[in-house]
Amino acid sequence: MKDTPNEKGFSVSLFVNNKPGVLVRIAQTFARRGYNIDSLVVSSAHDSRYSRITVVFQGDHENVDQILRQLNKLIDVVHAVQHGTDTSVDREMTLFKVGVKPDKRAEVFQIIDVFRAKTVDITDESIIVETTGSSNKIDALERMLSSIGLLEMVRSGKLMMARGLDPT
Amino acid sequence: MNGSQIIVEALRRHGVEYLFGYPGGACMPIFDALVDAPEIKIILVRHEQGGTHMADGYARATGKPGVVLVTSGPGATNTVTGLLTALMDSVPMVVLTGQTITPNLGKDAFQEADVFGVTMPVVKHSYLVREANDLPRILNEAFHLATSGRPGPVLVDLPKDVASNECETDFTDEFHLPGYAPPARGSADDLEKAAQLISSSRKPLLYVGAGAIISQASRQVIGFAEKLQAPVTTTLLGKGAFPENHPLSVGMLGMHGTAYANKTVVDCDLIMAIGARWDDRITGKVSEFCKDAIKIHIDIDPAEFGKIIDPDLSIAGDAKLILEDLMPLVDKLDSQSWLKQIDRWKNKYPLKFPKRGGLRAQQILKELDRLTESQAIITTDVGQHQMWTAQFCKTNEERKWLSSGGAGTMGYGLPSAIGAQLGRPNDLVIAVVGDGGFQMTMPELATAAIHKLPIKVLIINNKYLGMVRQWQQLFFDNRESGVDMMGNPDFVKIGEAYGIKGFHLRRTGDITKVLQKALDYNEGPCIIEAEVVKSDNVFPMIPAGAAVSEMIIEEPPSDKKLAKPVGST
Repeated sequence: MKDTPNEKGFSVSLFVNNKPGVLVRIAQTFARRGYNIDSLVVSSAHDSRYSRITVVFQGDHENVDQILRQLNKLIDVVHAVQHGTDTSVDREMTLFKVGVKPDKRAEVFQIIDVFRAKTVDITDESIIVETTGSSNKIDALERMLSSIGLLEMVRSGKLMMARGLDPT
Repeated sequence: MNGSQIIVEALRRHGVEYLFGYPGGACMPIFDALVDAPEIKIILVRHEQGGTHMADGYARATGKPGVVLVTSGPGATNTVTGLLTALMDSVPMVVLTGQTITPNLGKDAFQEADVFGVTMPVVKHSYLVREANDLPRILNEAFHLATSGRPGPVLVDLPKDVASNECETDFTDEFHLPGYAPPARGSADDLEKAAQLISSSRKPLLYVGAGAIISQASRQVIGFAEKLQAPVTTTLLGKGAFPENHPLSVGMLGMHGTAYANKTVVDCDLIMAIGARWDDRITGKVSEFCKDAIKIHIDIDPAEFGKIIDPDLSIAGDAKLILEDLMPLVDKLDSQSWLKQIDRWKNKYPLKFPKRGGLRAQQILKELDRLTESQAIITTDVGQHQMWTAQFCKTNEERKWLSSGGAGTMGYGLPSAIGAQLGRPNDLVIAVVGDGGFQMTMPELATAAIHKLPIKVLIINNKYLGMVRQWQQLFFDNRESGVDMMGNPDFVKIGEAYGIKGFHLRRTGDITKVLQKALDYNEGPCIIEAEVVKSDNVFPMIPAGAAVSEMIIEEPPSDKKLAKPVGST
């Protein structure tokens, strides 16, 4: 499982020093090998001297281990690991702005209900929908809302956490 | 104490004897603090690139970190080539750069450059110091990182206000590097596996790189090779890790390595890399490289595993410790017929060059090697002369061969010789340079002259950028393009202008006499300008990207058309 891409490329979780420049070094490691980063989440860890980073990227199977070694080589990276879906949980949060007039709202509410999403803003012209879930679920909701009239979408990027007592 | 006094105190505590530097506005407080620290000698260079190569040469020759101090903006950006050179060849170096005051950062202040950003891809690690109180810890970390694990250059950017502010001094040995733990010993499991793989080999080869020199494993490599009865090839940077006059040595491998080293590579059944990284000038076409041989890779940097070659077994750790642990697990191999085969190759394909047609660089270098009994510390620039020197000047001890391998930096030869001579005042230091590279850092002649360093600068002058010309001749239908160094000065006269002794060498018959004169001259630096045959070529040669088995052993007939190389350089 470790070497197979998740539904959207490979996911790497990093535990790094929380200081300026660290993200640039990590981004350079991907850019130098020509890997495009699909999603990137960075935030302070429980211990604020460190940060957690989750990177999702497209790449060749054989090069993923090499990227991990290059990331672990960075002095500011405490550890970089690849997590598969069997060893970790992952979530994304997304806001969708749907262009919808009052007479069509019911259709949107029906979809929201099925996906257990929430309405967080409503005007005469639009609704903002909030949802949290796996990337697959969000992709599916995006398809449904697109057919009605999706104006904007903001995705948080993937958050990951290792299952059980394994460190993330 | 202010920030600058702390910096100077930290340098003192780390045993810094030379600071290769160039002042400017942003680093004036540090230069000022150095006035009160006479035991740290400032070597005022003529260009910051030269300063970095001096620090690099000092580090390679002594094993101690080289330290550079320059100002902000252009002063700092001029160190980029030196940083790359040191990073590629794993050289311990600490580069201190002045910076504009912190409130000015990011506002295009005078002589401001985002040096932290500019240099990020060419350092092992770097710091932009924002608090004077962080200085002791950061400088501890900088020296620790530069010198431990896989060594490399560390840059510390020092805003002028940080270097001027008063602060509480707290010198401890502490540092905080939770993401840094270089491996030391190999696991017992891996060592056992290695011993097992080795035991079934009949045609082994030890492939030894600079990592063995850095870990001071020379004695262990010799012991290991002798116990196994395995031949040893060294990389360009590994020269000296195993004596080239040892019967088990096959010399340097790779693009311009000896034919017998490369034949050994092609035919071996096991190749064990010790502190070497399967560089593209060694493997050639990777898919063909030692296709059927067992590959063992020993490296302190796990990021090298699987980067180029997927080894059958990799052991992360210090070369010396791993060899020490492996030694009791191995026995003499049944390699007698293999060694005999290698001797036959040595006899059949010795390094050679045309004896006629004018003054030949190869002959000069061979004679230099004889006169110095292979004892000199030799530095080089990059190009044909570098390869000829690697071929004809034998290196029998570690830290006596200084050459820019990974980066291939022209201009490295002269300044690195200055650093080496300062670090090892009792050794004979010779810079072998080409007329192209020499002119890139030529102003450092002043630095050598001021300190009366008895360096011999042997300029192999063919009035060409010879290696490029060689490729144009062999692979581009001899269409010369941008390689004629027309306009070269008389280098002996250039030397005279600096008060440096000079010797012309124009005839084959004069080689011994002129070299001996130069070797006997010890009042200061001297130049030997050897005006050699213009269009000579380096052989053997494996065209870039070709399989090692496609090695061209000697000059092909001029009507033979060679395919353009698929490898990059």
